[in-house]
Amino acid sequence: MIDINESVMQFVLAFIVVGPFLGAAAALLPAPPGLKGKSPEQAVLRHGVTVTGAVLIAAIVLALGFDHDQPSKMQASTDISWIPALDVRIHLGVDGISLPLLVLTALLTFLCALYSYFKMPAGPTPKAFVALLLVLESGTLASFAVLDLLLFFLAFEMVLIPMYFLIARWGGEGRAEAAWKFILYTLLGSVVMLLGLLLIGIKAGTFDMVALATDNGRSLTASVQVIAVLAIGIGLAVKTPMWPLHSWLPDAHTAAPTVGSVLLAGVLLKMGTYGFVRILLPIAPDGFADFAPYLAAFAVVGIIYGSLACLALAKQGAKGDLKRLIAYSSVGHMGFVLLGIATMTPTGVNGALFANIAHGLITGLLFFLVGALKDRTGTTDLDALAEQTGAALYGKAPRLGGLLAFAAVASLGLPGLAGFWGEMLALFGAFEPAAGLSRPAFLTFMAIGAFGTLLTAAYLLVVVRRVCMGVAPQDVPKLADVQTYEFAAWTPLVALTVVAGLWPKALLGLTDPAVQQLLAGGTR
Amino acid sequence: MSALAQPLAESVVQSVDWLAIAPPTIAALVGLVVLVADLFVAENKKALLGWTSVAGLAASLLLLLPLLDGDRATFCLTGDAGVCSYTADRFTLVIQFLVLGGALLAALLSVTALKDANKELPEGEFWFLLLSSAAGAALLPASRDLATLIVALEVASLPAFALVGLRYGDRKSSEAALKFFLSSVTATAVSLMGISFVYASTGTLYLTQIADRIQNVDGQLQTLAQTGVVLTLVGFAFKTAAVPFHFWVPDTYVGAPLPVAAYLSVVGKAVGFTGLILVTVIALPSYADVWGPALAALAALTMTVGNVGALRQQATRAYSAVRLLAWSSVGQAGYLLVPIAAAAYSNDGERSIGSTVAYALMYAAVNLGAFAVAALVGRTKPLNRISDYRGLYARNPLSALILAFFLLCLAGLPPGIIGLFAKVTVFSAAVDAGLGWLAVVMAVNVVIALFYYLQWTALLFRAPEGEAVRHLVPAPVTATMALAGVVGIALSGAPQLILRFADTGLF
Repeated sequence: MIDINESVMQFVLAFIVVGPFLGAAAALLPAPPGLKGKSPEQAVLRHGVTVTGAVLIAAIVLALGFDHDQPSKMQASTDISWIPALDVRIHLGVDGISLPLLVLTALLTFLCALYSYFKMPAGPTPKAFVALLLVLESGTLASFAVLDLLLFFLAFEMVLIPMYFLIARWGGEGRAEAAWKFILYTLLGSVVMLLGLLLIGIKAGTFDMVALATDNGRSLTASVQVIAVLAIGIGLAVKTPMWPLHSWLPDAHTAAPTVGSVLLAGVLLKMGTYGFVRILLPIAPDGFADFAPYLAAFAVVGIIYGSLACLALAKQGAKGDLKRLIAYSSVGHMGFVLLGIATMTPTGVNGALFANIAHGLITGLLFFLVGALKDRTGTTDLDALAEQTGAALYGKAPRLGGLLAFAAVASLGLPGLAGFWGEMLALFGAFEPAAGLSRPAFLTFMAIGAFGTLLTAAYLLVVVRRVCMGVAPQDVPKLADVQTYEFAAWTPLVALTVVAGLWPKALLGLTDPAVQQLLAGGTR
Repeated sequence: MSALAQPLAESVVQSVDWLAIAPPTIAALVGLVVLVADLFVAENKKALLGWTSVAGLAASLLLLLPLLDGDRATFCLTGDAGVCSYTADRFTLVIQFLVLGGALLAALLSVTALKDANKELPEGEFWFLLLSSAAGAALLPASRDLATLIVALEVASLPAFALVGLRYGDRKSSEAALKFFLSSVTATAVSLMGISFVYASTGTLYLTQIADRIQNVDGQLQTLAQTGVVLTLVGFAFKTAAVPFHFWVPDTYVGAPLPVAAYLSVVGKAVGFTGLILVTVIALPSYADVWGPALAALAALTMTVGNVGALRQQATRAYSAVRLLAWSSVGQAGYLLVPIAAAAYSNDGERSIGSTVAYALMYAAVNLGAFAVAALVGRTKPLNRISDYRGLYARNPLSALILAFFLLCLAGLPPGIIGLFAKVTVFSAAVDAGLGWLAVVMAVNVVIALFYYLQWTALLFRAPEGEAVRHLVPAPVTATMALAGVVGIALSGAPQLILRFADTGLF
């Protein structure tokens, strides 16, 4: 939009990746004089807000300087040799696919840091908390910005340790087991993924994603592609998560602190789906086409399974946990994303990328709201909250109730809000999958997926009825309504949900050319 | 000397390139000096011996520098200058750097250990044994004939038995030494027998000549040659603590003084796999179809047994931290074997060997670092249980952070970037050679290892039980941790420093 020198753009992108990491190291040091603040805790939390804020500004600058007329071109790219022995290059760059994810990550992390500044989760020192948050941010941003398979793997692994500690130290009940489950599942998947990445790198002779995408699988034999897609796909599917590899997610979400859940759902899951689009689709298209119907089948099973699990949790007397419910709804939403990718059509993949962003915004907001609810009432148990008639949030804290209802209807895909377009496009893509994929199968998947949207609407409306509505007894004290800092943290998410819903072209205009090119073989 | 006698003398008397053999020689000489000096040094100045030895090891490390310019060889056949017993090529230099550096760090740790032992360990003997063993280990990678190889191997391992059993009146220590000694001597006898068979069938001890001649062995001697090859390999497999020759490791490590355990875990391993590389890749490339599958199976078994053994350690058992490190070192030995096995299948075996060397360098630095922190904790908690590490961060933040870094390097997880990439080279050697199944076995093992390393790492940051008491850290231990830490962090930033060995031929 605005013309920024290419070398400045390169610097901005490098800063986005490295900045949080340096910030994490700085967070561990004692605060310099003049920046001591009221207390060491306050100083370090403020440091977190400053660093994530700077990264957010850099991301916005990057988005502004991005040449929106050529979103399919890798921009701000840096390419330095790092480990010649392994042919690993520090190759960074953004295109229309990664830019929205970078901005989303920077935004969500900043909002989390801001929220924690006012509402630090209970646990050990904030120093470690801020450092881990920043390492997490660095890892996620890096995985969206790097264009080298081994660096992608490195970034993919880099988020594990901080997330593990965020859950295990600042989490709620059952956090130790949940953190273990999270890290073991992901590690198991990622080691297999490493083998697949190595296979591709060794057989094709390069780890560079751009070169591999341009090659479009021509230098890989069919059997190599099949093995590589299977190995890499398992690693990514655990992270996404795809049914039946999802079972770490509900536990991790239930136990994680609010900001942990927000980041887990908002950005960490996206690394999995991003990998599908960035690595598997262009680099091993033939192998991916072999697995696409199975992926789609697992995806729609995930949609139905997630919705049914949510319905069961939302039922009266089921002792359903709201955080767990949202986690299961994530499984369903990510099912739509995977279905879109599995169609291998521009429509479907665009829908998947759109749904990715929308899920990050909406689910991030939902986790924030549920976290706030837990702070006020002390529980996320639906039955304990709703008692007999309903929690009557509209009566006790009207703004909080209103926001919750907004996020719920956005999540169920109400037209005009962000959740609608992605799922619609994913289903639309399944209506006419890529040539070579079985159309009847995908039509069936589409029908099942569409049924899933009904189920999604059902459970979310049940949740709204049980949490927001009900009879508010006069003698019960009112809950504190939305605070200023909460407004500050949530407003951007609400606004973007509306903007993305009303003006989808802003996002699709970015992703579509890049996706077209990726599917056509990355030629430029 | 008359003009006639001169050429005769030249053909009989070998000229020796003293600079080339300086690194192991200096270590051995300083060892002798320390042993003699021990008789004359007053009781309260015994610490001097330790620092002399440290300086000696540092000097032999420095003497590697002038050798960097090119390949040198000495003790060559007078008839054929291409066949030498001692070669200082890149492979030799890298391994010598590894063993001498490892010995230096172990020696630094020992300075404190000896001081803490309060005369329970005889100082002069200790340093003599350590330096002799280091000299043997430094000689080994340079030796290019089977006799020198065996002599070097014995010089490296015989003092190690004594080091393990050195503690006065410690039953566990002497039991460990005996176990170690008996099994090692058996292995040596076996490999000597193998070497004699190989000699019988080829008529030479030089590795390069064996490589040529063993291909055209007389039909009748074929069985003899094959038996010889297998027996030789068995002997060297023992030294790497490969399964099923691993059983001595945990008890030996627990019984030995901690710095000695650290020394064995790094230098002992290096000795074993160097010998194995020389015998397999240099001497017996034509038998690749025999030792390739055998080593691949051995690697898979070793890593699985080692990692499962480490996984089964209970945190509250006595010495569980050392036991875990011991078992995990068996597992790591398995990873080290993978590229050697891959060398049998690939066209460019020397490149695969480079992966082993790179991995070993990474492993040496971080494992010695982990042992240094274990030695530090062992000073206040002599039982050295894993549960003793709980809340280390609260007591001593820096050592907890650095131990976490070392453990994550061993596990191969960021921020231990070098550990990750070292594993990647090993993986790629396996995938490159078409050993997909071995890569998968290793992947499973990496996950098992991640489990116990992470569990330990997580424990460091738990809230401590009871009051956190800070202790002064002795300078030598700090120096060891700092050296290992700096190496680990520098390598994480620039992995190319060691990974380049995986890129080029070393011989």
